[in-house]
Amino acid sequence: MRAFLHGFGMHVPERVVTNAEIAVRVGRTPEWIESASGIRERRWAAAETGVADLAIAAAQNCLARVGVTASSLGLIITASGSARPGFPGPAAEVAAGLGLESTPAIDVPMASAGSLFGMTMAAHMAAQFGDVLVVGAEKMSAVIESAALDPNSAMLFGDGAGAVLVSARPGPWEILDAVLHSDGQYRDSLTFDWSAPLRMNGLAVILQAARKLPSSIEEVLTRQKVAAGDVTQFLLHQANQNLLVRVAKSLGIPAERVYSNLARYGNTSSASMLMAADEWSQANPAPGPVVFSAFGAGFHWGALLARRV
Amino acid sequence: MPDATRRERLLRVLKTVTTQPLPADDEESLFESGLLDSFALPDLVSALEQEFSIKVPDRDLNPRKFDSIARIDTYLQDRAS
Repeated sequence: MRAFLHGFGMHVPERVVTNAEIAVRVGRTPEWIESASGIRERRWAAAETGVADLAIAAAQNCLARVGVTASSLGLIITASGSARPGFPGPAAEVAAGLGLESTPAIDVPMASAGSLFGMTMAAHMAAQFGDVLVVGAEKMSAVIESAALDPNSAMLFGDGAGAVLVSARPGPWEILDAVLHSDGQYRDSLTFDWSAPLRMNGLAVILQAARKLPSSIEEVLTRQKVAAGDVTQFLLHQANQNLLVRVAKSLGIPAERVYSNLARYGNTSSASMLMAADEWSQANPAPGPVVFSAFGAGFHWGALLARRV
Repeated sequence: MPDATRRERLLRVLKTVTTQPLPADDEESLFESGLLDSFALPDLVSALEQEFSIKVPDRDLNPRKFDSIARIDTYLQDRAS
């Protein structure tokens, strides 16, 4: 595997949903929501906006940033856990939305870890397919609104999309290594299928995530002989601020080394890691190794190490 | 078999991860009573590993194993045997 990250992109809907608005509906206070999650507001898309619409906007933003035309893409990978069930998935619509008529497009029907799995797949496939656009897009508001609001999940989620261009051509960040894992014995701990409300066993999810995120990061760092303290930025799935702080503590690094935009966007599932990466990349980041990591329903989790070229 | 010393050490660990008084009943759910939440639970597991010099494997990271003082004590006993 020799692959590079060329740049990122993102898109969020205009409508801001504050904790005050959510609090009224779930019977909690805005302060409680922020204390429990680190979230102050999130974005919700309009009723007529679909997962593919969010994905296309993020994809176009990414392509514009890296100066690549859609026609030169060799493959599109679209991760989403909130796309409507059935076939086709949103990947084909994303490709069509970019004006492509024959470029292969793959769906990764995976929630929070979807973008990480997509990036890793892209890193391995780029040598054969050329430039690979990976998009994570979620309309979690539709998931929340599909049934009676559950206070513990309704306060967490937001809508958005993130994108990254992965290529075998040299670019700003070289992917050094990646590890992916899945453990289906906890598949019932976090589920959603549109026939019932999202079900989340928060105790099991946090307990496993608090262990598996740092362990997968340490796994990839150890393999590449990189110390956690030498990593300039950790770009994690934005699940919960308390979890991000806990991961930093487990790794023995300052909490600010873990990028967070949770306060503004909430948990956008598979989109969140790439949205964080886009904001981070736009802020003229310091050179050095950077780690991507995610954990989500399945459970699926892993980590990817890259370095500034 | 109950071990007074192990139980005392367990209660000491619990007091480090919660500010609430411990339940009088060892069978009472620590989660339902609000003594432990989803973020205190990982703290508890880490503290138990440190206090008892054990490594709780990922396959044992099931909240039910840590739902009451009695269950945690049983888990520690099993690990010691």
